[in-house]
Amino acid sequence: MNLTATDWRNLTLSALALMLAAGLPWMIGPYGLTIGVTIAMYTVLATSWALFSGPTHYISLATAAFFGVGAYVTGLGIDALPYWLLLPLAGLAGAVMAALIGLTTLKLSGVYFVIFTLGLAEFIRQLITWGQNISGTKGIYVLTSITEKHIYWQLMALAALVWLLGWLIARSRLGFALRIIGDDEQVARHSGINTARAKILLFMLPGAVAAIAGAIMAPRYVYLEPALAFTPMLSFQVVIMALLGGTGRLWGPLVGVIPFTFLWEAISISFPNQTTLLLGVCFLVIVYLLPKGFVGLIDMVRRRLQRAEGWS
Amino acid sequence: MDVIITGLLLGGTYALIAMGLNLQYGMARIMNLANGEMLVAGAFAAFWFWTGGQISPLLTVFLVAPAAFLLNWLVYVVFLRPLVRRARSRGQLEVDSILTTFGLSFVAVGLMLALFGGDYFSYSYLSVPVHIFSSTYGANRIAAFAAAVVICGALWLWLNRSRAGMTIRAIAVAPDSARLVGIDVMRMAAFAFALGGAVTATGGALISTFLTLDASTGGLFTLKALVIVIMGGVGDVRGTVVAALLLGLLETFVATVIDPGLTLAAAYLVFIIVLLVRPQGLFGRSTS
Repeated sequence: MNLTATDWRNLTLSALALMLAAGLPWMIGPYGLTIGVTIAMYTVLATSWALFSGPTHYISLATAAFFGVGAYVTGLGIDALPYWLLLPLAGLAGAVMAALIGLTTLKLSGVYFVIFTLGLAEFIRQLITWGQNISGTKGIYVLTSITEKHIYWQLMALAALVWLLGWLIARSRLGFALRIIGDDEQVARHSGINTARAKILLFMLPGAVAAIAGAIMAPRYVYLEPALAFTPMLSFQVVIMALLGGTGRLWGPLVGVIPFTFLWEAISISFPNQTTLLLGVCFLVIVYLLPKGFVGLIDMVRRRLQRAEGWS
Repeated sequence: MDVIITGLLLGGTYALIAMGLNLQYGMARIMNLANGEMLVAGAFAAFWFWTGGQISPLLTVFLVAPAAFLLNWLVYVVFLRPLVRRARSRGQLEVDSILTTFGLSFVAVGLMLALFGGDYFSYSYLSVPVHIFSSTYGANRIAAFAAAVVICGALWLWLNRSRAGMTIRAIAVAPDSARLVGIDVMRMAAFAFALGGAVTATGGALISTFLTLDASTGGLFTLKALVIVIMGGVGDVRGTVVAALLLGLLETFVATVIDPGLTLAAAYLVFIIVLLVRPQGLFGRSTS
């Protein structure tokens, strides 16, 4: 792999930014850290979501399904297995699940995929609730010595891994194939790309990452319930944040995650009953005002500025 | 026997709801994920008229349907027509319309929560027992089923026998060719979308006589309607009715014989199987 000067500059800048972010727990108070964990979690989820949905334009609403499965891997396994084994296990579970979903639906039209993934979290939630009713248990206690700081650093490491993978994929044959699929699937198929395989492979990444994120977050909840772990709100928020930021660049979702988290925090505190309404309005704003997200906006402004310079 | 009749009665009302979505997705080409909220709005209207003025839900329908028609027509013209115009491909329109109708669905839930609160609501209407084959059923379920049969029958006749119905079927099959033979596709699509919304809201008003609902149950019905539409085949009235009856039977069977907590899981399982085996629907011919 040949790295240009820009690549080295970007890599160095990213590493510096990451180090700065990793030092945050010492600089901010406990409340700040709570928001930091939320931002880190959504960064991981939205960035990995965009890696698949950005190029393919398939809107996956399965994030909550993977996340919940990951959380339950920790919840069920914490007493039997060492914690560090649970994270890769959750990732494996997520990847296998994603592969199965991909095999069944990715050959179909986009709308079927959306609906399938929408129902998935609900389906698993119902099964687990039913299983708990049968066995008489209610929720699961996840008691560990893991603190908020540890969760934050784990999520940061996961975010770094996701960015690295995204960066590598963008330069690989797989990334190239996906961009062609995104432009025109027919063309991709005719030029000999195995579209289904490429899509399934890439769909396994957000699946695994979301499951690991769920496994990392489980100790924070202390008490796990299906309604909490599989909340559909999570899937919607991830979609909103990723699209709000823009899926065209690796750092795009991050630009959406940060303002949205603060906005969401402010709204849930002052108008706790209006969160659904706000979520709806955000969807509409993205479609009508920011179809390419903040990234598209930034690009447009930059282009205007360049043109203005050219004129003067 | 008990299970079969209860299932068919439930399936009949499902048919009405799914028919609304099918008109919107099959004919107007918009996957309306806010469809369930239209159903809840219809149910709320019926509830409100009943508790406020003791007006029978069967009469409220005549008020709900035109109001829903107007509202959905507005939604199409204001929110969806610009998307249809700007879309460069069918895929683009699909993504845009899914995001928009999702947004609209959340806005609708938010508004209904603000207006009516988050409580469950139900009322008692026509809850007198009726005997069929030595078993008893609620008269409200039978009334809702009868109304669904009348409306589905009228829709089928209208789509298959009238000129306007033929026009709508034409744009469902080939929107581009329909334009060539002088059909105003945009206008007819808006009409089909509005009609679909009206049918769904009517279904909501009817279903509220025997089901307990709250402001956020809409999504559940959207999911059920989607399962039915895909199972029956997009744009296929006959398939929708059969699929709705099957889903009603399945849900009642699972709820009474296995466990009431598994009804949605069962519906979802059917959906997966249909997607795998016959993605074109029960009666549909496979397309490339």
